[in-house]
Amino acid sequence: MLSVQDISKSFRGLKAVSGASFDVPARSIVALIGPNGAGKTTCFNMIAGVFSPDSGKVLFEGKELQGLRPDQVCVAGIGRTFQIVKPFAGLSVLDNVMVGGFLKEKTVSGAKKISMEILRKLHLDAKADLPASSLTLPDRKRLEVARALATRPKLLLLDEVMAGLRPTECDLMVEVFRDLNRSDGLTILLIEHVMRAVMALAQKVVVLHHGEIIANGAPADVVRDPAVLECYLGEETVV
Amino acid sequence: MTPQAKALLAVLGVFLLALPHIVNPYILSVATLILYLAYTGQAWNVMMGFAGQLSLGHSLYVGVGAYASAALFIHYGIGPWAGIWISIALCVALGAAIGFLAFRFGISGVYFALLTIAFCEFTRVGFDHLQWTGGSGGLFLKVAQRDQIDLANFRGPPAMYYYAILFLAASALLGCYFLLKSKAGYYWQAIRENEEAAQALGINTFRWKMLAVVISSAMTAVSGVFFAFYYNNLFPEQIFHISRSIEIILGPIIGGVGTLFGPILGAAVLTILADGITEILGVLGWEIPGIKQVFYGIVMLLVIMFLPHGIWPPLARKLGLGK
Repeated sequence: MLSVQDISKSFRGLKAVSGASFDVPARSIVALIGPNGAGKTTCFNMIAGVFSPDSGKVLFEGKELQGLRPDQVCVAGIGRTFQIVKPFAGLSVLDNVMVGGFLKEKTVSGAKKISMEILRKLHLDAKADLPASSLTLPDRKRLEVARALATRPKLLLLDEVMAGLRPTECDLMVEVFRDLNRSDGLTILLIEHVMRAVMALAQKVVVLHHGEIIANGAPADVVRDPAVLECYLGEETVV
Repeated sequence: MTPQAKALLAVLGVFLLALPHIVNPYILSVATLILYLAYTGQAWNVMMGFAGQLSLGHSLYVGVGAYASAALFIHYGIGPWAGIWISIALCVALGAAIGFLAFRFGISGVYFALLTIAFCEFTRVGFDHLQWTGGSGGLFLKVAQRDQIDLANFRGPPAMYYYAILFLAASALLGCYFLLKSKAGYYWQAIRENEEAAQALGINTFRWKMLAVVISSAMTAVSGVFFAFYYNNLFPEQIFHISRSIEIILGPIIGGVGTLFGPILGAAVLTILADGITEILGVLGWEIPGIKQVFYGIVMLLVIMFLPHGIWPPLARKLGLGK
């Protein structure tokens, strides 16, 4: 479904990503992991249209995405969350999600209906009328997800949505994503440090280090890869 | 809308409709000024309060709207009902040009505000030298008989102007209410709160910001036409002056940026305050030059310090009106 082909990006001479290639098959969950500064978010931003790669291609359902604006990428069917959450602080939780809902629903009542459904799925429905500024960080992360889901994406990009969640909250989110993946056929690409979530969700793991992909495969194999252990996970396997 | 809000709105509506029959001409002129500022503030609020784009040069649209309709009337006898469309077209073109320049090249925040001031200022200088509209000497409409109503040429007694601006202010309130509740309102507020996040949700932010500017400038053009036919004289130094732009935005800011009633309440509070201070100082016999401005400034400071979101939001909560 998504095919990232040999993309590179430099910032003032610093190579953030160099020659990264990986695929996200339809209806799969793929995790992008790696140490801080490895270029994961840069990869995301190139897919989401925040900036275009210096070289290489991003193909989504056969169409080239590089050079498109973020809103055009979203219209094409890719939703995203931000690592540093960006709620519409002055609006209510429901209104936040409705802004996303208007992409596919033309009427206010239609957008409200699907937004409430999504809030229920993410266990935020009780807080629908609160201002987004009053939410705690875990709830804000959930709101990010709800807003992106409201655009009815085919592919969802999640940037560290588990960070800061307690293990039980993390398991709850894992369950939500698993359900979306199974019942709605949603394809997910996630950046994550919480290995507990990665191992529970991902069918494939891509490891990025210094802007290059050093491992790509099934989670069980990747966590035993000596190169990955050395640069990221450490000697004791975290499973 | 809550029942209390509906009841209050009905009472206010009846009061405003009956006003010309119960007050003297001076109070009526103050009420006309309040409604004029309320309407123009509402127009500005579409851009800043809804979509978060700060214009500090809104007198540009008042001035161009006023001059266009007045000049067409004076030179070619084209009545305001036809002229208003020319005024709107010109102001929309200007607004679209400013918006295009700014949004296409990523100018935002204070830099956008500076751009709006710049456009307003060079238009002022331009009109100073445009002889067709009287240059800096001003443009004057013939003051006609004030006792009979000539609707076709929009000439008549003060009450006619009062009802006209009341109609405009009420329409703007209703229009903005529906805009805010529509998809456009949601999109604008999203852009105002966080443009990057809005764009990630599939919003073509350029297009929606342009729409806000176009609607706002078109609405303000109409207040220019009203201004021309109500005051009958136009001077570039006055109508395009930055203090006029500030006057337009003070109402919504004091009342509550982004709220529907903020511009109306703010305009009422500021106008009554300014005139009230003059009256009270007159009665007290304090004739110190500039003392009115000092009082005015103190009151504004207090409002900004203690009610940073404007007067309307806390007042609405007190009255149990919700938003």
